Parts: sequence; C-alpha cells; structure tokens
Amino acid sequence: MITIDWANFTPWSSLAGGALIGLAASLLVICNGRIAGISGVIGSLLDGVREGRGERALFVLGVLLAPLLWGLVTLLPRIEFQTGWLGLLVAGLLVGIGTRYGSGCTSGHGVCGLSRLSARSLVATLAFMASGFATVHVIRHLLGA
Amino acid sequence: MRKLIAFFAGLIFGIGLLLAGMANPAKVLGFLDLAGAWDPSLALVMGGAIAVALLPFAWARRQSRSLLGAPMQLPQKRELDRRLILGSLVFGIGWGIAGICPGPGVAILLTGHWQAMLFVAAMLAGMLLFTALERQRNH
Repeated sequence: MITIDWANFTPWSSLAGGALIGLAASLLVICNGRIAGISGVIGSLLDGVREGRGERALFVLGVLLAPLLWGLVTLLPRIEFQTGWLGLLVAGLLVGIGTRYGSGCTSGHGVCGLSRLSARSLVATLAFMASGFATVHVIRHLLGA
Repeated sequence: MRKLIAFFAGLIFGIGLLLAGMANPAKVLGFLDLAGAWDPSLALVMGGAIAVALLPFAWARRQSRSLLGAPMQLPQKRELDRRLILGSLVFGIGWGIAGICPGPGVAILLTGHWQAMLFVAAMLAGMLLFTALERQRNH
C-alpha cells in the first residue's frame, strides 16, 4: 500500500527541471557527440584522459556555477541533508566506486542511456533504483534511523 | 564553440537539477522511501528528461558526426556483465544512504554546505580507488 506525500509532491517543477536536464543532454550529444553522464565526465577528468578534457571541465564548471547563477535571480531551493558525516562519507565512497564499475549514474544511464534505448542502461537503472529503494527501506523502516 | 556548448549544457543541466528538486537530498530520500509517505516527483524528472531527449538521441544514434563535426561518441558496449550490475547496485546503496547522486553532488558543491563537500570528496576518492584497483588488475 503506497501513501502519496501530496504536501511535498511537485509535479510541474520536477517535470520542467527534468525537461531542462533532457535539453542539456540533447545539446551535448547533438552538438558535441558526447554523453552527459556526470560520473563518466568526472571519472575521465580524474583519470587524466586528454581527449575532450576542455569540454568535460567546462561542462562540470557549468554544473558547479548553476546555483550561483540561480542565486543571482532568486532564492536557492531548500537543500536539506538527513545524513550525518559518517553516512555521507560512506555514501560518497559507494557512489564513487559503484558508478565507475557500473559505467554510469542517474544521468549517464538513467537519462542518456534510457533515451538511446540501451539495454545496459535499463539494467543499470533498474539495479540502482532497486538498491536505492531497498537501502532507504532498511535504514528507515528496519533500523528505524 | 564546442567548449561553449559544453559550458551552457552544464549550466542548463545544473539549473534543471535545482528546479527539479534533485538537489535536495531530503526530497530524493522521500522518493526512495516507498513504504513511508512517498513523494513521486522524481519519477517525473526522469520522465521529463527522457521525453525531451528521446528524439535527439534517436537522431544522434544514426550519425557518425555531431552537428559541429565532432565524432559521435556513444557507448558501444552491449554485454550485461557482472560489473555493470554489481557496480550499479553499490551505487544505489550509496544513493539510498545520503540521497545524493553525482550530478546533484556537483550542483550543490558551491552552496556552502559542508555535507556536500564531504560527500563529493568521498565520491572522488571512491572514483580514484576504482582507477587504482583497475590499474592493479591490469598489471
């Protein structure tokens, strides 16, 4: 039985934000022939891949500067953390190593991969969604943290 | 020109994440919590993104060069191997612990929250660890 959290449901802004993400991914593939996958882009920068380094760095810079541009126009949306330092540390490590072994994250597999109808990306997306749901279930409802 | 496009694509991507609610870890966890009060918003983020990107990617798949003459660099792998599945499962566990995936981590890095800095630092360490393990494996 699923209870919808109507108070926090934001269909229009989420749909519009998603459309912008899709637009950014489309721009990058149509004009530059590249996948807008954040973990892949950062991983290649870390590994010192020379080909396309400038483009990758500028893409990441754009994402980094987005909240500053937003802040010039209006108040930033709420950013609320529910995890302590140890949880953040472990989460970051798992996300870093997992996305590199799995060749992608929510953007590379979830947006770009599904948009190009990749079976690998569908499997990856189902896997990280399933373990994401399971992890929150264990933490909130079995451990009660 | 390609660098300019890459910068603006990043900017639009980041604005999209903020507008969508993806940059708020509490909201992401609300989406991942099916048994609690479930906030389905983030399903619409992915839906909206794919709806927009479907046709451009269908075009891109049939090209060998981009509009600006760059080689079309789409992933060529087809195997559904253990690395893909285990890696993605591990990523999902991390995502479920903190409610942050790589894009939003970068998008909130400069908003002055120490939590974002710690998460991204750990994420970069995880990625470097992967590279080190791969180098050792291929030795």
